[in-house]
Parts: sequence; C-alpha cells; structure tokens
Amino acid sequence: MSAAGALVLLHLLGAGLLAAWPARAALLNLLLCGAALVPAAMILAAPGGEGWLRADALNAPFVMLSAIIGFGAALFSLEDVRGEGFDARRLRSYHAAFQGFLAANHAALLSDNLGILWVAIEAGTLASVVMVGVHRTPAAIEAAWKFFVLCGFGIALALFGIIVLALAGAPHLPEGGARLSAAALRAAAARMDPALLDLGFVFLLVGFGTKAGLVPLHSWLPDAHAEGPTPIAAVLSGLLLNAAMLAILRGQAIVAANEAALSPGGFLIAMGLASLLLAGVTLWRRRDAKRLLGWSSIEHMGIAAIAFGLGGPAGNAAGLLHLWGHALLKSAAFFAIGRAARLKGDQRMDAIGGLARSHPPLGWGLVLAMAGLAGLPPLGLFVSEWWLAGAAAQAAPWVLAPLLPGLLVAGLALLHAMQRLCLGPPTPDAAPGPARPSTLLPLWTNLALALVIALALPAPLAALLREGAGLLP
Amino acid sequence: MTGLGELGYDVAHLLGGAMLLVSFVLLAQRRLEAVTGALALQGVLLALAAAWQGHVQGAGQLLLTAGIALAAKGVGIPLVLRRMAAALPPAQRADAPGPLAPVMLGAVALVALAFLLAVPATRGAPVLARVDIAIALAILLLGALMMVTRRGALAQVAGLLTMENGLILAAVGVAGMPLVVEISTAGLVLVVAVIAGVFARQLGERFGAQDTALLDRHRGERR
Repeated sequence: MSAAGALVLLHLLGAGLLAAWPARAALLNLLLCGAALVPAAMILAAPGGEGWLRADALNAPFVMLSAIIGFGAALFSLEDVRGEGFDARRLRSYHAAFQGFLAANHAALLSDNLGILWVAIEAGTLASVVMVGVHRTPAAIEAAWKFFVLCGFGIALALFGIIVLALAGAPHLPEGGARLSAAALRAAAARMDPALLDLGFVFLLVGFGTKAGLVPLHSWLPDAHAEGPTPIAAVLSGLLLNAAMLAILRGQAIVAANEAALSPGGFLIAMGLASLLLAGVTLWRRRDAKRLLGWSSIEHMGIAAIAFGLGGPAGNAAGLLHLWGHALLKSAAFFAIGRAARLKGDQRMDAIGGLARSHPPLGWGLVLAMAGLAGLPPLGLFVSEWWLAGAAAQAAPWVLAPLLPGLLVAGLALLHAMQRLCLGPPTPDAAPGPARPSTLLPLWTNLALALVIALALPAPLAALLREGAGLLP
Repeated sequence: MTGLGELGYDVAHLLGGAMLLVSFVLLAQRRLEAVTGALALQGVLLALAAAWQGHVQGAGQLLLTAGIALAAKGVGIPLVLRRMAAALPPAQRADAPGPLAPVMLGAVALVALAFLLAVPATRGAPVLARVDIAIALAILLLGALMMVTRRGALAQVAGLLTMENGLILAAVGVAGMPLVVEISTAGLVLVVAVIAGVFARQLGERFGAQDTALLDRHRGERR
C-alpha cells in the first residue's frame, strides 16, 4: 500500500477505534497522530504515486504540515480536554470526530479524483460540525448549525461544478474514473468546450470558496472557530482551509489550460481582495479573542487567493508559502489563546491581558505568533507577503492599490490586539497554573518552523515549493 | 434540435420537469408533513429519472443509483424527517414561508436564470444532458431559495436535500461517474440528514422551538 493510502487508513481506523473503545481516548488520539507523522514524512520525502490518492510537489508539503499541526493539536487537546468537563459520550464523539476529520482532510489533500475530493471535504465538514457543536451551548449549536447549513449549501454548488467539468470532459476522456481525474481533465482541457469549463469553474469557486472562508460566504468561519474547542479551531484554520484552497486551485488549473475559457485569476483576485479588505476593517472591532483569530484566517485566505490569482511562478510560490506560514502561525496562536482562555476562564479580549508579564513563555509565544500573522519579520508571512507585493508589481500593479492598505490595516489591527492581550497590565487568573508543555511544545515548535520556512528554507523544500508553484497556472 | 419528439428525450424531460414542479410545491408548503411528502415524491421521481437514464444510456450502474435514490431519498430520509416533525409540538408543525408571492416570483426568476445560464453554456454537450443540466441547476437554485426563506430547521434541511436531488439528477445525465463516488455520496446524504435531525432536536429542546431565528440573539459578539 502507498504511504498516502496508509495515512488515510490509519486515521480512519483510528476514528473507528476511538468510537468503539473510548478509554484513554486522549492518549490514543495523540499516539495515532504521532504515528501519522511517519507516512506523512515518507510522502514528503518521495511524492508520487498513481490512482486516486496521488502525492505531488503541490500537496506533499501540505500533508506533512497537516500531520504536524494535527499532532500539535492532539497534544494540546490532551490537557485542554480535561478542562472541558465532557462526559464519556461526548469524549468519545469528540475524539472519533477528530480522527475522522484528519482522515478526510488527508484524503482531500491527496485525492486526484474530484469526486473523492468532494466526498472527503464533505465528510470532513460533517466531522467538524460534530466537534464545533460539542459544547451544546446555544452559541455552539448556532455556530454548528450555521457551519452545517452554509457549508452544505456551498459544497452542493461545488459538486454541481464538478459534474459540469465531468460533462465537459466526457467527449474527450474514457468512461470511468478518468472523467473525474483532475490530472486527466487538465490534460484534455485544451480541447474541451470553454463555455462548460466556465460554468463549472464558477460553481467550483463559489462552492469551495465557502469552505476556504472567502467573502461573501465566510460568515460560518468566525463562529465555528470561536465556539468549538480550541484544538478544533487550530485544525480548522490549519488544515481545512488549506484543503479547500487546494481544491479551488485544482479547478483553476483545469480551466486555465483552455485558452478560450475565462481567465480564473481575476475571480480569485476579486474574492481575495474582498476578503482582505472586509477582514481588515472587521478585525478592529473584535471583542472575542478566538473570533479575532477566525477573522484573521479570512484575511489570510484572501491574501493567498490574491497570490494564486496573480499566478506565475512568483505569485504561486508566494501563495503556497503564505498557506504554509499561516497554518503554522494560526494554530500556534490558537494554542496560546486557548490556554490563556483556560487560565482566565474567559475568551473575551477584555479578560485576557498582560500575558507576557504573568505567563512569559505563553505570552511571548503569542506575541511572536500574532506579530507573524500581522506580517512582521522574521516569521513566514513577512516573506510571502513581500513576494506577493513583488509579483503584483510585476503582473498587475493596480492590485497594489487595495492590497497594501489592506495588509497595513489588518496587520495594525492584529498588533493592536496583540498589545492588549500580551503587553498591558495582567488581568487576574480564574484558574491559576503554569502553562504546561502540552501547550508550549506545539506553540514553540510551530513558531520555530515558521521561522525556518521564512529564513532558512531547506533546499529540498525550496525545490518542492518551486516545483509546486510550477504545477499551477 | 435533434432528439425532440424521441421517446428517450421526452421521458427524461418529463421526469426532470416533474421534479422541478415538486420543488415549487416544496417552496409553497406550510405544513412540515406535506413538505416531507413532497420530498419523498421528488425522491421517487429522481429514482425514475436515474433508471430511465440508465436504460437510455445502457449504463447498468445507473440502476443501482436509482435503487439508492429510491431507498434513501424516496423512503428513508422522508420517513425520518416525518417522524421528527411528528415529535414536535403541534404549533411548530407548520412553518410559515413568509408571503408567498415574492418567493414564487423569485423562484420563477431563478428558473429563468438557470436556463439562461445552462442552455448556452452546454451547447457542445450531448442533447440529452443539456436540458438535464438546466433543470438540475433550477432545482439546485430553488433548494437554495428554500433554505434562505425558511426559518425552521427541518424545512432548511428539506431545502438542502432538494439541492442534493438536483445534483444527482445532473450527475445521472453525465454518464460515467465512478460508482464509489455515488455510493459514498448517498451515504453522506444520510449522515447529513441524521446530523441535521440531531441538531434540530437540540434546537427544539433548548428553545422550545426549532426556529433558527431565536438563535439570532445568541450571536457571539453581542454576548
């Protein structure tokens, strides 16, 4: 069996195991995520393969990233879930859904077949709905319902787009799996009917754009991030959004291979700019720390969409690096905020203050993560935003006019929030205690990785980044 | 236009058109019991449409699709939804869709939009698939309209399920969807219905009504 198949199967079996045998589920969850690092590393070391699950230079780094963040979230969850006070039934559904979500997410990243991709993203949605609603408070149920209904709506549109793409490919491809294979569709796209490709892509973009948190169908995202348990927020931002964005990129690659079809870049740039600008303004008015980070995810998905819309080797590399860096920094920020919310007994920003003085390892970690998310050097997003500005100046200088103010406004909002959360006078702790390794280890590991990809990207990874960018239009 | 007047084409048309009509019925129904009945009817029509396409295209696996559609969409899911609706207090078994005239006008406009979008775009596709895609898109959009105009959780789920019906109709018109995809899609739809039901019941327990409008005041930021 290929490493890709083993990875998906491991999490699937894990979901079954944790559903059937919930004793010591948190520890088993962590062990399963640790074991998943092995096939993920094998995929990263030697991408390739045939069939439905196919690793290439584009998705292999995301698989590794997902495994690392999944492991970090499981480690964080080990401690955090004790504070939730779940009964046995909820513990069981929480952990089983966690593993099920990881299985679906890896399948979505690795799948070449658009049908399987769709099924995986839908299955991941259902698993995360269970996890978002697990608190059963009115706000959590509302968040889960909104997530469920909006994403159900979006994903239905995406499937219609996939069906139309298959219809476009039908005269040119043999019957069976090839009609839904992204690689086969792309190879044959130049001969397909451009009008059908246009129709298919628009639905695909709006549908998967919902899952990627792009404006205008973004409104599930802040609620789902704020109301679910913190480890879920970390994997939603770190994994799900990337998988959805890669799904859009597959559709974009198919349509862009046909010269008579519409050029998909403009749509991506428009949705990206709308996301960036709306989030930039909205970030200033957030009072809930986890909602703030959720809105920041909308902002960063928008930035990545702009980069992919600009395209070319420079734009695509900027977009990919941005997705890597964002996943690392955002999950790090969620780990820190989640722990802080436990310490203070409240996740409102008014209740959290002075973390850097009262809990230095935690507070300074959050300072770095939020400064990185604001686009300050030296962490990953500074480099990718710099590349993006360079690509925009070359390809479409007018994009800079809304892009730079948007980056500035959003970055300042995050710095302002960071200053309130970390640097002011400390607020009293409701449940005093030190930050434990289960928080600090994933937090600082992610920060270190974000530093590495910005300043000293290892040569093989840099080669993968270039190759992956070359796979996109 | 080739194909018009031929039996294969006309029957596919008829079944798709009937499904679209049921979508209008769904939009107008107040009582949840009637909504589930219409949903079952649409599921049965979908199964017939899939079976007919299987016959015309000579694709045996579409008969399996038809069987799954009949079991899940024609019988299983509507029955589950009906039981949930029956468990609600009588006052909540009806769900006002608001003033009907604008909703219906909107529905007509959406159908026109679907045909304006899909018919020119599918010029290169096989004739049998062309109208199928346009009708499927119309059903999809009407399902979306139902989700937007209804407040009740169960009625919103019914909207989502008609959207899925439209999707399957589109899929059976395009020959060659792999079987795995069909089966797992059907399985997922079932899970969707179950999860939706669970949440609908929780909404009901919490607020004594499964009216999602009540949730508005729980919007996080205003807490």
